[in-house]
Amino acid sequence: MDSLDVPEFTPKHRVPPRLRDYFTGASPFHRHLESVRKQTSFGQTPFRRKIPECSPLQENFDPQRIAFLLHKQWTLYTLTPMYKFSYTNLKEYSSLLKSFIAAEKQKGLAVEMEEDFNFKVIFSTLSGVKGTQRDPAAFLVQIISKSQLSSKNAEEKVVWTGWFCCVYGDSLLENVPDDFTCLPLFLANGAESNTALIGTWFQQTFDCRFTRLTISAFNLSWMAAMWTACNLEHYVAATELLWSVPCSPQSLDISYAIHPEDAKALWDSVHQAPEEITQEEVDLFIDCLCSHFHRHFKINLAATRLVCVSTSVASAHTDGKIKILCSKYLIGVLAFLTELAIFQIE
Amino acid sequence: MANLPYNSAEGSSDVVPESPSPERSTPTTEQQMSPTCFQTSMVMSSQETSLSPVIPIIQCDRSAWKMRQNESGLGPANLQYGLGDGKEEFNEHAALQQAFNYIRKATKKESTLEKHLQTVEDIAWKSGLGPKDIDTLLEVVLSSPLRAEAVKSRMLKCLIPTTLIPESAVVKAFSKLCTHNYSNSIKIIFFRWLIAMFDFIDHTEEMNSLYGFFFSFLQEESMSCYVCHLLYLLTKRENVKPFRVRRLLDFQSKVGIQPHLQALLSLYKSFCPDLVSISLPQKRKYYFKNTDSIWQTAVYIVKQRNQLPSLPSVELSVGISASQPQKRKWNSSCIIPKPTSSFTGEKKQKGGSTSLDVMFGVRKTFPVEQLHMFSQLLENIQNIQFPSQMCSVLKNSSLLHYLNCVRDETVWLRLYYWMNQVLKEGCTWCKVSNYTTEEEFKSFLDIVGKAQCFLQEGFPSSEVFLYRSLPLWDGTSCRSEYLQLLSWLPLGNFSEIRPLLCDSLAPLFFTSSIFHKCSVLYSLKQLLQNWLLRYAMRANVKTMMSTSSHTTLNVVNSVSELISFVGWLSTNALRLEEHSSFLFHFVLDFFETVSDMYLNYNLPLVVIFPCGVFYPALLTFDSITLNHLCYIMYRYRVNLTAAKENDVIRQERQKFNKTYQKFNEYVTALVDCLWTSTAFEKDHFLYIDPEIMKKTKIKDYKKSLNLTNHPALLVYSIYFLLQGWPGEKELALGTIQEHLEDLVTYRESLSHLDFAQDILHDSDKHL
Repeated sequence: MDSLDVPEFTPKHRVPPRLRDYFTGASPFHRHLESVRKQTSFGQTPFRRKIPECSPLQENFDPQRIAFLLHKQWTLYTLTPMYKFSYTNLKEYSSLLKSFIAAEKQKGLAVEMEEDFNFKVIFSTLSGVKGTQRDPAAFLVQIISKSQLSSKNAEEKVVWTGWFCCVYGDSLLENVPDDFTCLPLFLANGAESNTALIGTWFQQTFDCRFTRLTISAFNLSWMAAMWTACNLEHYVAATELLWSVPCSPQSLDISYAIHPEDAKALWDSVHQAPEEITQEEVDLFIDCLCSHFHRHFKINLAATRLVCVSTSVASAHTDGKIKILCSKYLIGVLAFLTELAIFQIE
Repeated sequence: MANLPYNSAEGSSDVVPESPSPERSTPTTEQQMSPTCFQTSMVMSSQETSLSPVIPIIQCDRSAWKMRQNESGLGPANLQYGLGDGKEEFNEHAALQQAFNYIRKATKKESTLEKHLQTVEDIAWKSGLGPKDIDTLLEVVLSSPLRAEAVKSRMLKCLIPTTLIPESAVVKAFSKLCTHNYSNSIKIIFFRWLIAMFDFIDHTEEMNSLYGFFFSFLQEESMSCYVCHLLYLLTKRENVKPFRVRRLLDFQSKVGIQPHLQALLSLYKSFCPDLVSISLPQKRKYYFKNTDSIWQTAVYIVKQRNQLPSLPSVELSVGISASQPQKRKWNSSCIIPKPTSSFTGEKKQKGGSTSLDVMFGVRKTFPVEQLHMFSQLLENIQNIQFPSQMCSVLKNSSLLHYLNCVRDETVWLRLYYWMNQVLKEGCTWCKVSNYTTEEEFKSFLDIVGKAQCFLQEGFPSSEVFLYRSLPLWDGTSCRSEYLQLLSWLPLGNFSEIRPLLCDSLAPLFFTSSIFHKCSVLYSLKQLLQNWLLRYAMRANVKTMMSTSSHTTLNVVNSVSELISFVGWLSTNALRLEEHSSFLFHFVLDFFETVSDMYLNYNLPLVVIFPCGVFYPALLTFDSITLNHLCYIMYRYRVNLTAAKENDVIRQERQKFNKTYQKFNEYVTALVDCLWTSTAFEKDHFLYIDPEIMKKTKIKDYKKSLNLTNHPALLVYSIYFLLQGWPGEKELALGTIQEHLEDLVTYRESLSHLDFAQDILHDSDKHL
């Protein structure tokens, strides 16, 4: 019998070297792993960044849709690449997701997919919300509830909104095969229970994983600097920083509001190269603000933690909540958030 | 009469009928022994059990039943009680048969009948009835000449299956029910039983062919709701006929709109929308009355009690997700979902596929939900699709097997992304989130470790996680699970790994307890072994093609760097822990693997252990350590002798000369200390100026290190003398020299000491 002579490990040998062959690894995945191996610890971020700017693709913006994204509080999530997601199937996804939600809400009772529920789910792409042509298109998911009184003039109310985007996500896109769609940043507005339902559906359907994206104090100070650096014709809000003092039983928050023009003047005095921002500049900017505060109130803010930054461009909280106020710098804000999200996934 | 506890308050705790789709929802209980998927989940609630007015109280132990048996003085079986489970089961069976036989013939109520009835009840409610017993009992009940209905209903309630209910039994019983003149209450109990046990019936094809008969029972108003429920479970598309719809509608117009009728109608409508033209209310909430949960509880208890020890492969596939409460954060980490088939793949195949097609559509692919055994994997390997969430393979051994023979890189990538996130979020010492407890993370790491061991390969995500989290690790939390990741690092360039791994591992190693040190050394030994195995496997394949000396060189470099790192670690650790023999065990274990590299794994490399390990082990007080050392030296010698023939080593003679020199140096020291007592002589390794030695006032110091006087062996020598010459008051160790042969055989537990003797004879051959 021939089969008896076959060595024990034969099946494995026929399998092409995948992960086991470290030395001969040449696929994108191997290269990706290699780069991760070289990256040592959790906390490495670039020391310099570009000043956020208007994207060349921003012309494709549909102003109405963009306005829809502004002035809302979004909860931030990161999302690992989605497997077998296709932009051509958005219609189908919306009906699948609709029945999924209906089924979940009815607690396991079988539902029929074409049935008319008192809500609908809409998937739509957000053209223009991308940094480069390589970035996959952003898309929006909405749950709209219909009042049941009359079907024609039914008042439609958006109950929940969530959108997926990737702005300047090159570092992630490089290593990912075509079967995956990389939209590392997910922003949700609406009831947490809905986010949970929709997130679960996405996780089950596209084998991806949602994680809350929190923003560290370090990154918040970057945001403060970057957003102060933006040129705006008119400011809609004061620049406000919130520091939290850990003390029991309730933590104490110190709010520090500055006139936006003063903040800009301070930044201009700190800032040197016209196109980029460096880590030293950010540190210096925050240090200046802190020492100013110390001079007046004798409170050393350096010992506390920065938890919230709000400017006329956007406001962000360390919990991972963001509100974008200015459409001009939307792309810039999203680019930084995408960077943070990618950093968290890798 | 209506004896079973019944929740008549409609709508309060209703059970929702599930869709009759061929793919039923996956069972929620873990220990389901039958191969079919059960529709109803069995959840035991204490409330339900306490509701029962009739059901005999089930004692957890068998003693109650035994006692009753003893009282009734039944059969010779009594003599063997308590001889073990196997016997008892046999007795149960015998007692059952006896009871059945009696009840079959009984014509009127009397005390013996009562006893037999109790026997049946006890056994049924305690350990359930097998398929055959169910068949017999049904037959007995429905054909017995007894007139008493109470007895019959009691017997019907005992029909609790251990595994399955044979369809033939149901069909037989149903035909009897149709032909004989039974009261409605018996029929109702039978239908209720059928509804409650529907999922345990092994097939439903024949039952389905009796659909018309079941349907005819609808006419009876008193039982129409049960019949509706049963039909709801039984209905297939082909059962929906215009005349049935008409009958249903007629009936509805007679009795008014009833929820159960509406439910059946809506099911008919979903199968054949063209036949049911009436509009059903939008808000579809049709419920059937609560199924008899007491029966389900009984089944659950029986299953729990009869639970067999699970097979190892089954153990792997038991999901934690099921055992954890559903109400958790939706994306909380460390929960591994059960495998479910993905819909993304085939959704596009049918153009205008309706929703029902997706749900009921017959697919060629073998659903992963049904994959439980290796044999199923082998039969369906062409048709298996990976689950929608790749992470679910981690706990399913069959899918891991499948994963092992898949070429697709995306599969690994999906797993990589997911695991990367979960490890990062779950890691309790990195504090990215606070959702997971240490226990959860520990068990997650354990699952990952087991899967790695199964695949004989580390996951890239766990490698990355290890590098990132090691600097923050406290050295104690999840120690053994975490260090398991270490042993599956891929075979790579050690100089690349070194800064990532060793720079944070070493400080932690030196400052932690001896147990930590031992676990780290153990994991490093596993790592070395895994690397060597990987190399050996590849070398095996390569010989068929072409040997790549470049790869070999890479591996040789990596391995020797790893060994020298461990050598450095152990030298220092031994000093810190004052040469503890516990630590020695782990250190020498590592070097035992090292010593055999050439012969066992075909790696052209022999690395001798450092002096910091050899000399302390040689001068130890612990005989086991010394024995272990001698064994390692012996293996070194065998390997070195064999390596002389190897081409690669011959080419690099220069490099290996040092190895041989070092080995010879060690051998000399070994022989000096154990055999020739020359360790203190000039040009030997322990040479100390005799003047200084005199000052120590040790008498005859030259002989203090030999086979009889070595500190580790002294105990044996004394023991030897005490046993050999028990009468002597004064013993001179010197006299042992004359009985050396005896002494050596006496210490047979330290078998490897003989090596010193061997070497003495041919030590000159080595250079």
